[in-house]
Amino acid sequence: MENLIVTASPHIRDKATTRSLMGYVAISLLPCVLASALIFGMRALVLVVVTTFACVSFEYLYEMLLHKPVTVKDLSAVVTGMILSLNMPVGMPLWIAIVGAFVAIVITKQLFGGLGYNFANPALVGRIVLFLGFTSRMTAYVYPDMSVDALASATPLALGSELRSVNLLHMFLGLHGGMLGEVSVLAILAGFAILLASGTIHATIPVSIVGTMFVLSALYTGDPYLALLQCMSGGLLFGAVFMATDYVTCPFTTKGKLFYGIFIGLVTFLIRNFASMNEGMSFAILLGNLMVPWFNAWGHQIPLGYKKPKKVKEGGAA
Amino acid sequence: MFKSLKRSAKGVAVPHDKATAGLATVQMPVPDRVVIPMSMHIGAPAEPTVQKGDTVQVGTIIGKAGGFVSANIHSSVSGTVEGIAPLRMVNGAMTTAVTIKTDGAQTVDPACVPPTVTDKASLMAAVQNCGLVGVGGAGFPTHVKLAANTIDTLLINAAECEPYLTTDCREMLECSDTIISGISAVMKYCEIPHCIIGIERNKPECIDLLCSLVRKMPGVTVKPLPMRYPQGAEKTLVETCTGREVPQVGPSGKPGLPADVGCVIMNVTSVSTLGKYLKTGIPLVSKRLTVEGDAIVKPQNIEVPIGTMYSDVIAACGGIKEDVPLGKILFGGPMMGGAAPGADFPVLKQNNGLLLLSKAAAVLPEPSACIRCGRCIEACPMGLEPVAIAEAFNNKDFDVLKARCVDLCVACGSCSYACPAKRPVSQTMTLAKGWYMGELRKGGK
Repeated sequence: MENLIVTASPHIRDKATTRSLMGYVAISLLPCVLASALIFGMRALVLVVVTTFACVSFEYLYEMLLHKPVTVKDLSAVVTGMILSLNMPVGMPLWIAIVGAFVAIVITKQLFGGLGYNFANPALVGRIVLFLGFTSRMTAYVYPDMSVDALASATPLALGSELRSVNLLHMFLGLHGGMLGEVSVLAILAGFAILLASGTIHATIPVSIVGTMFVLSALYTGDPYLALLQCMSGGLLFGAVFMATDYVTCPFTTKGKLFYGIFIGLVTFLIRNFASMNEGMSFAILLGNLMVPWFNAWGHQIPLGYKKPKKVKEGGAA
Repeated sequence: MFKSLKRSAKGVAVPHDKATAGLATVQMPVPDRVVIPMSMHIGAPAEPTVQKGDTVQVGTIIGKAGGFVSANIHSSVSGTVEGIAPLRMVNGAMTTAVTIKTDGAQTVDPACVPPTVTDKASLMAAVQNCGLVGVGGAGFPTHVKLAANTIDTLLINAAECEPYLTTDCREMLECSDTIISGISAVMKYCEIPHCIIGIERNKPECIDLLCSLVRKMPGVTVKPLPMRYPQGAEKTLVETCTGREVPQVGPSGKPGLPADVGCVIMNVTSVSTLGKYLKTGIPLVSKRLTVEGDAIVKPQNIEVPIGTMYSDVIAACGGIKEDVPLGKILFGGPMMGGAAPGADFPVLKQNNGLLLLSKAAAVLPEPSACIRCGRCIEACPMGLEPVAIAEAFNNKDFDVLKARCVDLCVACGSCSYACPAKRPVSQTMTLAKGWYMGELRKGGK
């Protein structure tokens, strides 16, 4: 009867840990990694492994040099690395990928306090910095040595109004130019299914983003088929499933998540159709990340038994 | 989907671990002595009415209710009063306790005769004489609840959503007749037209049994409840069974009560105890406990006299496994029960479990940084936002805590259970609520 442990209740905990959740995200990214390797060749795998390794190393080195507890075991850096690498074209020089990893892990995540304190998705900021700093490299979608003709085509989004002529099956499987992880709709949907089945995320954010984009595109173009192709092309699906759903940088109530998803869908639609870029997803998510405190404030839950207090008229009772 | 836009309030899917549900209740041999505290309920402690050296029998009154919100205390054994002394209870509070040396005969006090109940007033008197409190854990004196006049629905709480515990399950299987007679009496004399018996779906045999028993009782229904903790929490039960929401603030300006929406809730064992009292006149003197955990030799349901020491209960259940280092002794379930610093504490009226966990099961994982996943928000049965509340409490921000309704926290522990970063979310909520209520009493800011 000695040395009994006395703690406050509850005395049991759920099995899910930060590490297991991140592990599920990493597993759900594997279909995209596999698809990119099949479509673009082994170079894609090299890029994924190097970027992921760089992210984990930066996290480890930063925390070690600053005498902080080392948190690489929570697998969040692995997820960041995988997502970042899947946001690059296959021909990306490795040193640029490592620069991206540095921006993501050290600047966006660790300088703001590490996991849980970053205001924007690290991989997303990494992608945007690379996109702005190495634009020609980031948009060089074609792998020089690739021999299959279908892959030599530009990203479908660059086709603009000719998008309608794209082969739907090729779009679905991902047999076209683009970022590693973004091309294969099939692989992204497989990852989405894993995330949902494991209870890692809810469908609210991805569905509201894609739904908003689809409805707005269909209304704008008057062509549901074109709207469908719009939703399947570019970074929309990958971003909606893997990047906008990052726990740290998305709102925490269902209502807030819905607002956030609609907002990202709307901004993507506006950028794609009215701005000078034909790829707007990453900027839309970044804007969404910055708006999260507002979505949280607008999306509060109504507690059980809560009644709105009656407004006291100005100049009325004290 | 649309409900979760309002509030998710999903609760958590705790493991059931109800291995003792199939075991018939064992009667505990009378212990050498019992220690009966005068405070086993919410409200004023009872006043001892016996002296050292007095002879008492089962059912002899040894403590008189110290006010309206209080309850009588009866001797659970026959024997001699050994002493009346201050006692530090398991929750740290001090109270007076009567120690009784047992004679082993368990003779019943001849004063224990079935009460004559003819109207609400005599039922109230019977409930008070029985010393009945909410035996599901809260220990709120039952007559105070039943005194309300605006009740149209009696809710019988048989959810038993805590892992391990099976005392209510056994009560339903073994004492269904007194449950029914207790319900009938309350409905008849308090003039309550409806009764809903809420049972979690993990007890299908109890649902079947009670369904067949209430078939011919007008106004009584059995409601199978979803298997989500905390289904048995008062306000959650009211909402699930009747669709009504207990208001945050009642008409009197005090925290809302089920009575404000016409409901009164009785634990199934409480109502059964009332049924037994009306039949036999023996008050609340014994309690069924689920003794479980990975460190006990013989997990079982055991009926013990109130005031029996934990150590005696443990010994009666075969003791602690020799090869297992004992980590924690919990009174109650693992979600809301407390951890005892030792085994020298008496069993109270409202106790329903004694869990003995090994060191391995007792050590909690280390907390890490909050990843803002929102699982605590999704779990909170009251629809609160622990993330936002923790932040506001850190900043000691009274207004935000008020806006986020921290006073509604029921300390069910779902948020801590759900947290993947293993943070003590529930503790933070309790601290935040305590701080907020304190500031509120000071006049707010």
